[in-house]
This record gives sequence, C-alpha cells and structure tokens, in this order.
Amino acid sequence: MSIKGKAYIMGAYEHPTRKAPDKSVPQIHAESAMGALKDAGLTKDDVDGYFCAGDAPGLGPLSMVDYMGLKVKHVDSTDVGGSSYILHVAHAAEAIAAGKCSVALITLAGKPLTSPVPRAVIPTAPDASYESPYGIVVANSYGMCAMRHMHEYGTTSEQLAWIKVAASHHAQYNEHAFLRDVVTVEQVVNSPMISNPLHRLDCCVITDGGGALVVTSPEVAKSLKRPLVRVMGAGEAPKGQAGGDTDLTYSGARWSGPIAFAEAGVKHSDIKYASIYDSFTITVLMQIEDLGFCEKGQGGKFVSDGNLISGVGKLPFNTDGGGLCNNHPANRGGITKVIEAVRQLRGEAHPKVQVKNCDIALAHGTGGSLGVRHGAATLIMERV
Amino acid sequence: MAERQFPAAIANPESQPYWDAAAKGKLLLKACKGCKKNFFYPRSICPFCGSSDTEWKEASGKGEIYSHSTMRRVPEPYALAYVTLAEGPKMLTNIVDCDFDALKIGQKVHVVFKPAKEGPPIPAFAPD
Ligand SMILES: [Zn+2]
Repeated sequence: MSIKGKAYIMGAYEHPTRKAPDKSVPQIHAESAMGALKDAGLTKDDVDGYFCAGDAPGLGPLSMVDYMGLKVKHVDSTDVGGSSYILHVAHAAEAIAAGKCSVALITLAGKPLTSPVPRAVIPTAPDASYESPYGIVVANSYGMCAMRHMHEYGTTSEQLAWIKVAASHHAQYNEHAFLRDVVTVEQVVNSPMISNPLHRLDCCVITDGGGALVVTSPEVAKSLKRPLVRVMGAGEAPKGQAGGDTDLTYSGARWSGPIAFAEAGVKHSDIKYASIYDSFTITVLMQIEDLGFCEKGQGGKFVSDGNLISGVGKLPFNTDGGGLCNNHPANRGGITKVIEAVRQLRGEAHPKVQVKNCDIALAHGTGGSLGVRHGAATLIMERV
Repeated sequence: MAERQFPAAIANPESQPYWDAAAKGKLLLKACKGCKKNFFYPRSICPFCGSSDTEWKEASGKGEIYSHSTMRRVPEPYALAYVTLAEGPKMLTNIVDCDFDALKIGQKVHVVFKPAKEGPPIPAFAPD
C-alpha cells in the first residue's frame, strides 16, 4: 500500500512569536493548533488523530490531548528529533489510509530562547558509557561532518557561507524572521568561530515558537475551501555509527530520498521548491547532495552558483528564511519546513520569493545529530 | 589555557569491563567470533551479524584522526574527534595535549588516559 494521494495537508500555521517569555510551552502548542485548524476551516472537535514529538511537555500526546480538550482515536509520538514533524505527515497519511483517523493534528512548540534547558546526558542511552565524557553537542558534531566533507571534497567555508547568504536573501521579506538582514559571504566567514569549521553565522537561530499542521482524508479535504496540497510520497531513514564503520560524509537522505521519489513517481527536475533542514549550513549541503539535487561532493559549487536563491537558482530553498534566519522553534526545524512548502504550493509565499507555477515541492529533515545518530525524513507534496 | 575536566564515566553492567580496564590504563573494544569483525562502541550482541558470541579485546591504542572539531565558545576549548583505531572501528573521543589549530585529518595519534572528576580515567588521544 502506498500513501500517494491518500491524504492532504489542509492546515498549516507558524506561530508568529520568536520570543515568548510570557507564554507556556503547552500554550504555544495549543495556539499553533488553533491557528492550523482555523487555516483549514476546521475546529478542534473535527480532530480525531494527534501527533507530537519530544518537545511536547509531560507525557506527550496524553498531556497535550487532555490540555487541548481533544477526543481522538489515534496518537503517534514518534520522535526522531527535529525531522519528526515531516515524518508525522507521512505517518498521518498512513493512519488516514488505514482508516484510523481522518483529521490529524501535528503540533510543535518550545522556548529555547527564553527558557533554555541544557541537553542532559541520558545515562541509560546505549552510547552513554562510551560517549558522555567527550562533550559532544550539536555544533561540534556537525563541525566534524563539515571538516570531513572539506577533506574529501574540497568544500570551503566560503561555499558553506553561500547557504546562509541565500537564506538571508529570503528572510529579508519575512516580517516575522528573527534575522532579516541580508548577509555576505565575508560576514559569515568572519563571524566568530563556534566549533571549527562552523562559524556563528553557519548556525541556525535559537527562537521560541511553534507550528502546527492539519492532515486530512481526501473526503474531508474536498469539503474544505483551501487549496489542495496532496501527499505524494515519503521516506524515512535513521543513520548512526554503523558499529564503528562510521561515515560522516553522507546523511540518511541518501536512503530516505529514493524511497520518497519512488513513491511519488516524480523526478528531481519536477521539484519546483525544496524545504531543506538547515540546523547548520553543512546540513543543507550534505542533504541536497544526498537527495540527488547535485552530484556527491559538488554541493559547494552548486550553492555558490546561487542555486538556492528564489528567482535566481535551480533549487529555491527555505523561502521563509529557514532555520538559519527565520525560525527554529524548540530547536527543531521540521514543522516550519512543511509549512513553507505548503505556502509555496498554495501560492501564498511572499511575492518576492514565491516560485512560479509551484506545483510539486519537497521537504526534507535531519533530526538528532548528524555526526552521531540522526533521523532523515523526506516528504514530497503536490498542489492539485 | 586550562584543560577541560572530564566528567565521571557512566558505567552499567554491560560496559563495566571497559571501565575496569580503563582504570588499569587499557583501552578495550569488542570482537565478534561469529563474523570476525571488530566493533565500537562495545555491546554484547554484534551489530553486524547479530551474534552474541563476542569478546573484549585490548586495543593497541594507536590510530589516526578521521575527523575533528574544536569547540571554541566555552571557557575551556576542547577537540571532539573520531579516531580510526588500528583495529578498524572509529571511536568518538577527544584529542588532548595538542595545539588545536594544528590538528589534521589523518594525523597519527595514541591513547592517553586522563583523570575524570571521579572514577576511572577517561581514554583520549594525543598526537604521536
Ligand atoms: Zn558479528
């Protein structure tokens, strides 16, 4: 069984806040949920499936279903880090195709800017005995991937910087973006070193915020007034250290991408817009190579030719400014990736960055930590 | 510049032999008798073939840097790295007793044991 055509993304809402000292995390989940339901033209009483991940406070779906007053018959709290919400769209489509629910709500929220919680070592994690002494955090994990990519393929810091430059070109038009200034390659490579070779401007923003999506059955979708965004195909792939045969030069996108393209039955040249997870510049570079948008190792040239800039390049990406400039709520960029893809497919992106005749789009994410264990998720969508 | 203090190791019944050996200045890895592969990090069941016939093996302590990244935005910078052990598997670790700016992929390194806040010393690697 395939999920192709079995579900539609009918509601998409990005909470406008980027700094929310006066709100609770459950409150931002609920405000985002209400925003997405209103966007779809539905109410909370229509929801019969609920999806959330590790950012949902308390006991995930049990706490949030109760808080929001939902009555659902299907829940899924699959957590693969920041890419969870891309995967949730696919899991919602699976549940809808199997008749388990017909209106699935997906939410994310968090306050890492105003209420940061340090990532604690989980002492029972299988790697804890062997890795916890070494101070692994996200920036040095991704830094090692960038270092190895540079070694193998000759990728440069200037090439990586082009990814931030492209994101900033888009963010200037987004009134909600955390960083709206257009930056240059020189500004990126001259920003302070965080964990080499990654500079401060190679990193995503840290913002409070949230987002939500509503995925429905075809019957429900066709009863609504919003443009129809159909799920075409999806793939997911965890990738780790392979027992010590560790290879940092590629991501799980190498595996999740072909599954999604095969299910959708589309080619790379059919993709008019791509939301690409951008926790760091290197994340984008590796994913576009692994998804097959350019040859492996040629990502540096591809991005420095301006290919990611809407209206200029072959693969307009993250036209909201992405995690690099706009928003990275809860330190998890997956839901905003789907939201901007939906805006593009509906023709509701900012006119300065709207891709013409945007009928097919892709969203891809990397959750967890690219240098140790991560979860790749790819989603292909179509406007009908 | 002050050196980063290693936190105490976290041991469990499965990893205890690794830390008992570290206390004696020995680095262990695991070898599978089923498929003959070495693997890291150690676990009781082979991640390659699924055999539970695995044994602890002392590593030579020699290796080379596969990749590295030095965290700069902390009071005591430190170099995270993967080292390819002479026995084959890559191991997540730190490079110590070095000039962080001079670290290179492919550089030869050897194991050294550094004191932790408490408990057994922590295996790390230093340039040859
Ligand atoms: Zn084996």
